[in-house]
Amino acid sequence: MDKILKVNDLSVSFDTYGGEVKAVRGVTFDLDEKETLAIVGESGSGKSVTAQSIMRLIPMPPGKFASGSIEFNGENVIEKSEKQMEGIRGKEISMIFQDPMTSLNPTMTVGKQIAEGLIKHQNMSKKEAHHRGVELLKLVGIPNPEARIKQYPHEFSGGMRQRAMIAIALACNPKVLIADEPTTALDVTIQAQILDLMRDLQDQTGTSIILITHDLGVVANAAHRVAVMYGGKIVETGNVDEIFYNPKHPYTWGLLGSMPKLDSDSDEELQAIPGSPPDLADPPKGCPFAARCPYAMKVCEDHMPEYTELSKTQKTACWLLDERSPKVEPPESALVGGSKVNE
Amino acid sequence: MNNNKEKLLEIKNLKKHFKMDRNNYLKAVDDISFDIYKGETFGLVGESGCGKSTAGRTILRLYEATEGAVNFQGENVHAKKSKKDLKKFNRSMQMIFQDPYASLNPRMTVKDIIAEGMDIHGLVNNKKERTARVNELLETVGLNADHGNRYPHEFSGGQRQRIGIARALAVNPDFIVADEPISALDVSIQAQVVNLLKKLQRERGLTYLFIAHDLSMVKHISDRVGVMYLGNMAEVATSDDLYAEPLHPYTQALLSAIPISDPEVERTRERIIVEGDVPSPINPPSGCRFRTRCPMAMEICSKVVPEWQEHSKDHWVACHLYNDKYNEENKARQNLAKA
Repeated sequence: MDKILKVNDLSVSFDTYGGEVKAVRGVTFDLDEKETLAIVGESGSGKSVTAQSIMRLIPMPPGKFASGSIEFNGENVIEKSEKQMEGIRGKEISMIFQDPMTSLNPTMTVGKQIAEGLIKHQNMSKKEAHHRGVELLKLVGIPNPEARIKQYPHEFSGGMRQRAMIAIALACNPKVLIADEPTTALDVTIQAQILDLMRDLQDQTGTSIILITHDLGVVANAAHRVAVMYGGKIVETGNVDEIFYNPKHPYTWGLLGSMPKLDSDSDEELQAIPGSPPDLADPPKGCPFAARCPYAMKVCEDHMPEYTELSKTQKTACWLLDERSPKVEPPESALVGGSKVNE
Repeated sequence: MNNNKEKLLEIKNLKKHFKMDRNNYLKAVDDISFDIYKGETFGLVGESGCGKSTAGRTILRLYEATEGAVNFQGENVHAKKSKKDLKKFNRSMQMIFQDPYASLNPRMTVKDIIAEGMDIHGLVNNKKERTARVNELLETVGLNADHGNRYPHEFSGGQRQRIGIARALAVNPDFIVADEPISALDVSIQAQVVNLLKKLQRERGLTYLFIAHDLSMVKHISDRVGVMYLGNMAEVATSDDLYAEPLHPYTQALLSAIPISDPEVERTRERIIVEGDVPSPINPPSGCRFRTRCPMAMEICSKVVPEWQEHSKDHWVACHLYNDKYNEENKARQNLAKA
């Protein structure tokens, strides 16, 4: 499959009063056509900054690209002018946000907000854009689209607003859709509807999706590949089965272990990860997870581990995979689905 | 845990209506009844706007009930009382809030935040005792004594939630309402706080009302679970029963909507997708409130409000499917659903 997006050694920093905060520190990944890549991590792990960098939505200053490149269609997005970016945003790459209330314009009708991109990028007339808007609202499952298109965002419910956001994002058939926590603000029954919708639309339009989330359930449901971020770095990446059934990084184990399982005994303690994430104004020299890792060795504190390629798709940055390290088995709490792990 | 079930709280036909304008009332909580036993965790789940937080707050009398009673150890919290009597209740019932950023006064030190309740209730006699007690509480929740002199903004979300827990514990309550205490926290921190709550319950025999929308976490922490929909209670059962054999179609849909962190399971399982959104609680549907989204709705559902009945031991449900009167019809439907 062709790579549509290649992010290479991307570093993004922010100048603050407290010093330079290194939010993203050398992130490398790529995106295939028609695939969904999930970026998982806790708040402050750099997942949203990575996504916003692709769209060049980071305000600069205080933000700055410290290193790396973002290659889209063979061209480096970082070197593009603001004017050139306007031709990419919304047309080639578009984004949906966590909170559909604050990311829609409350003073414009939903129809106008959909038409905006169509008129700008596809030279449609107002009338054509209106017709296409009705089609799009129908596509994302909004009942009675002819009437709905004339309404304002406040007249929509949370789930409906997220559907409208998706309609706006998909209006110009973008090649890449970045979804930043698209279901976090929604109730579970609505979340299920939106995840279904995104899958259907991907089948129909062939858009590649970068899905940013902290919910491993959502990842298991929607992603083909997963990148696990911690402290501004990708600590493990692999396809969805590898990450869930054969995780190698202790942080991935910790994430899987701290989720309660529906079929588990409630007397069991959850495997909490002790401590809290590192301060990226003064990032640790070695592995960012070392301070919270139950298996940390001396080397972890001083040196960042290289990636070990475990398969064509799975790469993990952990000293435990070095041949000189002691063999460590993942804790039982990190085992998903039990039997499959032994294969 | 509940072998000798002693009722700590009895919630009877509790209603809380908010006046919107002259003719309209928002029926946030509309006639719910359930008991909470001593030493248990009762989980209250539902989607946003279903009235679960209002229920929690009305039980503590942070809101005055429109109708109904909350009997705490046999006494009605909502019966008219002098300030002195109320204070006694306030000491035994405490709350932990959802937002650890908004629920701590930014101008007070952590020590004063935690000690405020003790001061009001006169639980400490002198400064030394006060400091000692605060330090003890800080250690109980996994913080250090020297954290007491700092201000809330110096702490992370998880640490702030620990401060909120210490504040609730300060007055030695019997009953704590935890309103989405972990929703604002990261996954790895959520587990820390849940483990802390469970540990405190074991050590101090606390009773919790745990309000959340995350069903997998609720299953983990609760002994019994109540499912609310649009101000009504749809189902109450032990957490194992509820997850093994959900009766109400809403509970079934809610359970099937939770994404499970296992890709193989996600690929193969069938979802019950409920269509549409939650209707407005100002003008709720007639009869059963879930009928507009219910995949099994029958004619009767729009006409008659389903009765709150004990379907099997300790398993309560409000649904016409389990009413003998409509048994024939409902059996056929259940078979259809299974197929």
